Amino acid sequence: MSATTVPAASSTWDRVKGYRPPSRFLPVIATLALFVGLFGAGGVRYEGFSDPQVLLSLLIDNAFLIVLAVGVTFVILTGGIDLSVGSVVALSTMIAAKTLEMGWSPYLSMTAVLATGTLLGLLMGLLVHYFDIQPFIATLAGLFLARGLTYLISVESISINDETFTQLAFKTIRFGDYYVRWTAVVALLVVAVAAYVLARTRFGRTVYAIGGSESSAMLMGLRVAFTKVGVYVISGFCASLAGLMFSLYILSGNSLHAIGMELDAIAAVVIGGTLLTGGRGYVVGSLLGVLVLGIIKTLISFDGTLSSYWIRIITGVLLLVFVVVQRFASRRQP
Amino acid sequence: MTQMDAPRVQTGAGDPPVERAPVIEMRDISITFGSVQALSEVSVRLYAGEVHALMGENGAGKSTLIKALTGVYSIDSGVVLVGGEKHSFSSPLAAQAAGISTVYQEVNLVPNLTVAENMLLGREPRRFGAVHVREMNRRARETLHGLGVDIDPGSLLGEHPIAIQQLVAIARAVDVDARVLILDEPTSSLDADEVQKLFEVMRRLRGQGVAIVFVSHFLDQVYEIADRMTILRNGRLVGERMVAGTPQLELVKLMIGRELETLERLDRSQSSSAGASSTPVLKALGISRKGSLEVTDLELYEGEVVGLAGLLGSGRTELARLLFGADTVDSGDVTIRGERRRLRSPRHAIDRKISFSSEDRKSEGLVEDLTVADNMLLALQASRGWLRPIPQATRERLVEQYLKALDIRPADPTALMRNMSGGNQQKVLLARWLITEPDILILDEPTRGIDIGAKAQIQAKVAELAAQGISIVFISAELEEVLRLSDRLVVMRDRRKIDERPNHGVNVSDVLRIIAGESRSEREEAEGA
Repeated sequence: MSATTVPAASSTWDRVKGYRPPSRFLPVIATLALFVGLFGAGGVRYEGFSDPQVLLSLLIDNAFLIVLAVGVTFVILTGGIDLSVGSVVALSTMIAAKTLEMGWSPYLSMTAVLATGTLLGLLMGLLVHYFDIQPFIATLAGLFLARGLTYLISVESISINDETFTQLAFKTIRFGDYYVRWTAVVALLVVAVAAYVLARTRFGRTVYAIGGSESSAMLMGLRVAFTKVGVYVISGFCASLAGLMFSLYILSGNSLHAIGMELDAIAAVVIGGTLLTGGRGYVVGSLLGVLVLGIIKTLISFDGTLSSYWIRIITGVLLLVFVVVQRFASRRQP
Repeated sequence: MTQMDAPRVQTGAGDPPVERAPVIEMRDISITFGSVQALSEVSVRLYAGEVHALMGENGAGKSTLIKALTGVYSIDSGVVLVGGEKHSFSSPLAAQAAGISTVYQEVNLVPNLTVAENMLLGREPRRFGAVHVREMNRRARETLHGLGVDIDPGSLLGEHPIAIQQLVAIARAVDVDARVLILDEPTSSLDADEVQKLFEVMRRLRGQGVAIVFVSHFLDQVYEIADRMTILRNGRLVGERMVAGTPQLELVKLMIGRELETLERLDRSQSSSAGASSTPVLKALGISRKGSLEVTDLELYEGEVVGLAGLLGSGRTELARLLFGADTVDSGDVTIRGERRRLRSPRHAIDRKISFSSEDRKSEGLVEDLTVADNMLLALQASRGWLRPIPQATRERLVEQYLKALDIRPADPTALMRNMSGGNQQKVLLARWLITEPDILILDEPTRGIDIGAKAQIQAKVAELAAQGISIVFISAELEEVLRLSDRLVVMRDRRKIDERPNHGVNVSDVLRIIAGESRSEREEAEGA
């Protein structure tokens, strides 16, 4: 179908994003244009900005946020929200640090982290679907629960000295003068898998159907319960994976880690063109959303004269602009 | 691609097959909800290759019967025979698996997926575990083509008009090898062309041997498409008739019994108060709003009913909204009792004693989770302001009075609005505005989707209100109704007034001709006079 309805644009790039005519990609294309524009502006303005390594570092520094945003994208596509992911990241760093400190094998430790996050996601999903609790409230409870558990494990920061972890953390893949870390590769892999699942599997299409109209999806005989719980499980898993990547990045467990990171993730998803009411959006957009937020940080650090609070102000303005644009875009729909 | 189990029978509306075993037979079905007997010993026979109309007022038991057949409600006594075998469905999915599909008035599909996905999701063709998009689109196109609908299956459903979406819903139902297709009020949001398109699809399916159940309030449509009908009243079977051998009048009598007299009485009691007073209560001069109404004049006199006739989108609702201040005018003046007023918001209009009952009673009128009494008093309370509550005694008196005056059933002020039937909801809305004692009442489609009995009562009330001196703007898609009630007729087309004349000896075909723009000379005559 992509070949027949997408004239002259059926490149691999389009296939990754889905198989729809370009009009549906407009928000994603807008975000891409913004990213390219910001990168170009930086390249013109600051020396050394146009170095490809700047891009690769952007991926490395934001790998965990990309994974987090992918998970949240699933939830938002169904019309839900997941506020717990930041706390789950903190809890993950803490579980990793604590279990390693207790002498667990690094692989067992990682398994424990992923299992905890997934389980928390499952719990919230069950609450949302079977007890009909609003996602905002259910995941707000999850936010407090995960943060509280983190404090319960330790109020002090615990550093990670395990050899496997440190090796993973510093291991790089080199292409000539340039390098990426494994976490960046994992992040891109997660994006690719998620994009495939959303575009081409029954589960993924059901996610969109629920976002469009949950009652209709039910009457169409789709597996609404499975899918709705499933997105929170995916989000929980992604959050704990992001937590693992974050602990590799920062090499410590701390109950003060990742405070407010869920909001960064949600902001990235919205800037990436996903409708908060559900049903429209692509994970590639969320990836671009994270990169846009990241490049703003990079720009400000290159500038050197601007304070870091400008990051927040610009993020706020961008978010507002995108929500307003989306409002107009969705109003045109019949 | 759709394989029908039923034999292929070629039928036309004129010669429905009779001597065959029914595909579905429901025998002596009874259902009670608590102490209410919703259905008592109702029997229905559905035949392959026939359109079967289910007729009856609201509350007659049509939807209960459909829900009993599709497994939404469980049956207390009686049997459902599918192809001669006893069946009972525990859920809509089980009924679907047996080839019984339902398409509801509200399209239950997802606008943000493609047409093909909406038709096939849940049983889509797959390759290597992934949705096989090309194959899915091919199948969808084939099915749609078989129904005579040529749209791109890869386009988003939401890009198409409601009528097409409804056809897609039917295509989805048919693709599950439907032997029985239930269409619950499929035409209520369609215009005439779209209805024809739907009927074309229905005829095709009938030709393929599908048994179609058709529920509609529009008698003309039933006479156009249906072969056989079953008439229900108050949960009881009144009779089964062949459409061809049943005059409309007889059908109406069967459906509503004595209440037909109310309608006939009304026809004779045409009020003739029009033009009695010299200054208009309301005068709109050259009002317009970009994108919704071209420059239009309207005068409204005391005790007069002005009927707005016109097709959907002709500007009749838009005019009403401007008069009520729901939208603001770009140009023009509104004069109320000789004083120029700017209507900036509904609140202003309400203060000038103008009331407006919206055509969309579900989303712009009633509050479903409040009681009948609360819904009735909403407008009065709003106009008093929240700091001046209505005394309990007054509340009770008003509610009691209007429950009785409008014959609202059940006459229970504490009943939740969502549990009332459409006709009674509409009466509550009417009561809401009457309680505020308006001088001007704008009624936009007050009788849409409600049964004939309630319709007659509301029409009678409108005539009565006009006799009491209230000026009424009456909007309805049903021209007969507009003609029956109005003293003066305003015809709208393309977002402006194209004709205005006293309602003397005007009939439906005259109005249709005006709308179609064929009687220019006649209109000039009328204007000259």
